[in-house]
Amino acid sequence: MKTPSRSVQDPLWAQTLLIGAAVSFLGLFLLVPLASIFVEAFRKGIAVYFSALTEDNARAAIVLTLTVAAIAVPFNALFGVAASWAIAKFQFKGKSLLLALIDLPFAVSPVVSGLVYVLLFGAKGVFGPWLKAHDIHIIFAVPGMVLATIFVTFPFVARELIPLMQAQGSDEEYAALSLGASGWQTFRRVTLPNIKWALFYGIILCNARAMGEFGAVSVVSGHIRGETNTLPLHVEVLYNEYNFAAAFACASMLSLLGLLTLCLKTLIEWRAGLRRHNH
Amino acid sequence: MATVSKNTAKRPRSILPGFGLSLGFTVTYLGLVVLIPLTMVFVKTSGLGFAGIWKAVSTDRVLAAFRLTFGLSALAGAINCVCGFLVAWVLVRYRFPGRRFLDAVVDLPFAMPTAVAGIALTALYAPNGWFGQYLTPLGIKVAFAPLGILLALTFIGLPFVVRTIQPVLEDLEPAQEEAAASLGATRGQTFWRVVFPPLIPALITGSTLSFARAIGEYGSVVFIAGNMPGKTEIVPLLIITKLEQYDFAGATALAALMLVISFLLLLITNSLQRWSSRRHSK
Amino acid sequence: MISSRLFPQQWLLAAALTFAAVFSGCGKNSPNASSAPASRTLLNVSYDPTREFYSEYNKAFATHWHKQSGETVEIRQSHGGSGKQARSVIDGLPADVVTLALSLDIDEIAGRSKLLPADWANRLPNQSAPYTSTIVFLVRKGNPKAIKDWNDLGKPGIQVITPNPKTGGGARWNYLAAWAWAEQAFAKDETKIRAFMAQLIKNVPVWDSGARGATTTFVQREIGDVLLTWENEAFLALKEFGADKFEIVTPSISILAQPSVALLDENTRKKGNEAVATEYLAYLFSAEGQHLAARHFFRPVNPEHAAPEDMERFRPIQTVTIDGAFGGWAKAQQTHFADDGTFDRLKGN
Repeated sequence: MKTPSRSVQDPLWAQTLLIGAAVSFLGLFLLVPLASIFVEAFRKGIAVYFSALTEDNARAAIVLTLTVAAIAVPFNALFGVAASWAIAKFQFKGKSLLLALIDLPFAVSPVVSGLVYVLLFGAKGVFGPWLKAHDIHIIFAVPGMVLATIFVTFPFVARELIPLMQAQGSDEEYAALSLGASGWQTFRRVTLPNIKWALFYGIILCNARAMGEFGAVSVVSGHIRGETNTLPLHVEVLYNEYNFAAAFACASMLSLLGLLTLCLKTLIEWRAGLRRHNH
Repeated sequence: MATVSKNTAKRPRSILPGFGLSLGFTVTYLGLVVLIPLTMVFVKTSGLGFAGIWKAVSTDRVLAAFRLTFGLSALAGAINCVCGFLVAWVLVRYRFPGRRFLDAVVDLPFAMPTAVAGIALTALYAPNGWFGQYLTPLGIKVAFAPLGILLALTFIGLPFVVRTIQPVLEDLEPAQEEAAASLGATRGQTFWRVVFPPLIPALITGSTLSFARAIGEYGSVVFIAGNMPGKTEIVPLLIITKLEQYDFAGATALAALMLVISFLLLLITNSLQRWSSRRHSK
Repeated sequence: MISSRLFPQQWLLAAALTFAAVFSGCGKNSPNASSAPASRTLLNVSYDPTREFYSEYNKAFATHWHKQSGETVEIRQSHGGSGKQARSVIDGLPADVVTLALSLDIDEIAGRSKLLPADWANRLPNQSAPYTSTIVFLVRKGNPKAIKDWNDLGKPGIQVITPNPKTGGGARWNYLAAWAWAEQAFAKDETKIRAFMAQLIKNVPVWDSGARGATTTFVQREIGDVLLTWENEAFLALKEFGADKFEIVTPSISILAQPSVALLDENTRKKGNEAVATEYLAYLFSAEGQHLAARHFFRPVNPEHAAPEDMERFRPIQTVTIDGAFGGWAKAQQTHFADDGTFDRLKGN
């Protein structure tokens, strides 16, 4: 990170004002809901909180959630890098069209994104009879949930990388190439270090959203307890059983998973900073 | 990889390699994961015929839901544009205690399942909630009113703006600002002439994404909206309603219309974004 | 335009990579899903309010089945809105048995898939309904608004909480129960019935998408004066949230809700579960099944098997049936809840 010199620092009053505004906005808007979840989660005591998380169905849900995210996120990360390379580094016709298509999954209601896979792979869907004949399960099983998650989190990494790579331009890559680096070397040694934070942000967001997705997964999951319930679906189950403390305990767990990835990011940033110092 | 770089010389516009591979992968993956599944929406809808589609989407209730959904989503996008920019700016430019924590918290709306967000917000803003109990006597109705929907939509979209601006802002060279300052520009001038322009593409992207995401949102809104017909009914809820009646074609007709409108809006904003980035970058 | 700039071998490479990636993902996981269990598992796809009942019934049945056949059976549950669950089964959710809120939803499964015959309801006693329920009112302690019967729900200033009948199967019973009362009260005068229903609808401040959401709105958010709900849900709410906060009001007339159960022949045949699934449903009508149903606030069809203290809780109530008062579910659905049905028309004003 580049620290601006004195001449471009904002006056203290402006800083205070802006920080105050941002902090109170985030506080009211994000922290209070977060706090309310933890308050609800611990309402019946710590014992209930932990038993809610270690209960068999909750454990199965956590494992399933992590599995689905672990498959979906790398695919979308790979796609994000490829797409941003093509879009930011080259001029071609239909670029706006391609960009709009990449964004499209965000605008599709989660309900619909689940539905389209049911229409494709469900028993009455296009591939339904074929899948049935070969005894392949996609809908109401892990593959369907992975597909729905991929769909919902599709644009995250690409969307994170494209603006940055556009802002950076291609000068450094040209320089590397003219110095005789191969295309792959250029990408690995020049482009990747330049985009690594954005890539990391993108993956974190993609991962957070993948673990938290509810609507689309709900359509293709079948809600079988202990088998096809992800953590968000498990939260719904508990909530509908009036088991509010356990529901919010699982919800807080999801928020913590999100926060954990951010701590990871902070740690990496910090170590990268140390290394730079030592040089 | 060798085949890829061998071909680069033939392309006049850029000497960078990997165009074919990256675009090929992009388009194929996009096609398999997004486009083919989405065509099902249109295939299913086409079974209705033109008259059937018109009948399904032209009722007052549907039109009201469309107005509500798109109106509030645009408003949420605009709010996030301003507030998200402020948050990103403060997080990147200033150092203060608790900054890293706030930075982490920004992703909360993504990590939290939408249903949980909806429940938490409803609990806070219901007439007996932490905030609701003070707002209700003032005559401000948040939960079970359009304001509540706006709140939920803003909530789920905020990280989009912050997280798209943040990397660009971090990457901005202070040298340019220093140059502007040393040439006698005021801080305000430096901001508007030097700092802000390169951020515009990211800002447009972030707001667009926040807007797009809001259009389709169901999980969080359905709890706080109250679902009053013609007043707080969103389009995704109508789609669910149709599905409950086993009216798949009717449901996909609404989905298709939503899809077309959002696609056009995305296309317009992306063109706008490209135009502005071409104007401001070298 | 884009493709003309690409070279065929690059396209092929990219396409192959993508396909390999996506399908390796699928292939890796499909064995997980296709069931090859060590012990026998049975999948019961049910609706929301039966969670507590089936979690206890499943344990009882597993013991019973073990005694009878020596086999260990594990019963998996899936709960959700009745209509959504029916759609999942139609789309391939491999349920052995369905236990849903409306016979209409099972009719839809029979009509849209070949999983079970159209005359499924005749295969078990009492039209395949092992327990029944009815619609009652839940009001706040002391009944501050003095709500006694359906006519009170149409009065100005009363807030009625009920889920949206277009998204929740259970809510359709609420609507029809009100309609049934109005039909008797106004001697089938259609204008008066509609006027009453329109007023009732106007008194609903929040339309939750499902039954349990509506209960939460009433109980947790403290919105509304009266909650229309199934009798079993009302009792459960008393148990969960405290009998000191709410009380149940039984209206003069209500509707007989008959949740239905059915075996899905094709799915059980495929999994070799015919015997256990058949017994699973038959056991619902047995002494133990009926006893458990009553304990979980469902009215058993064979009350002699229920514990007397469980039966005492049910107040006598005059009920009409869907078939008797509305000519069956298919007709009721068409008249009242389809697009442009009475609900849409009355709600629009």
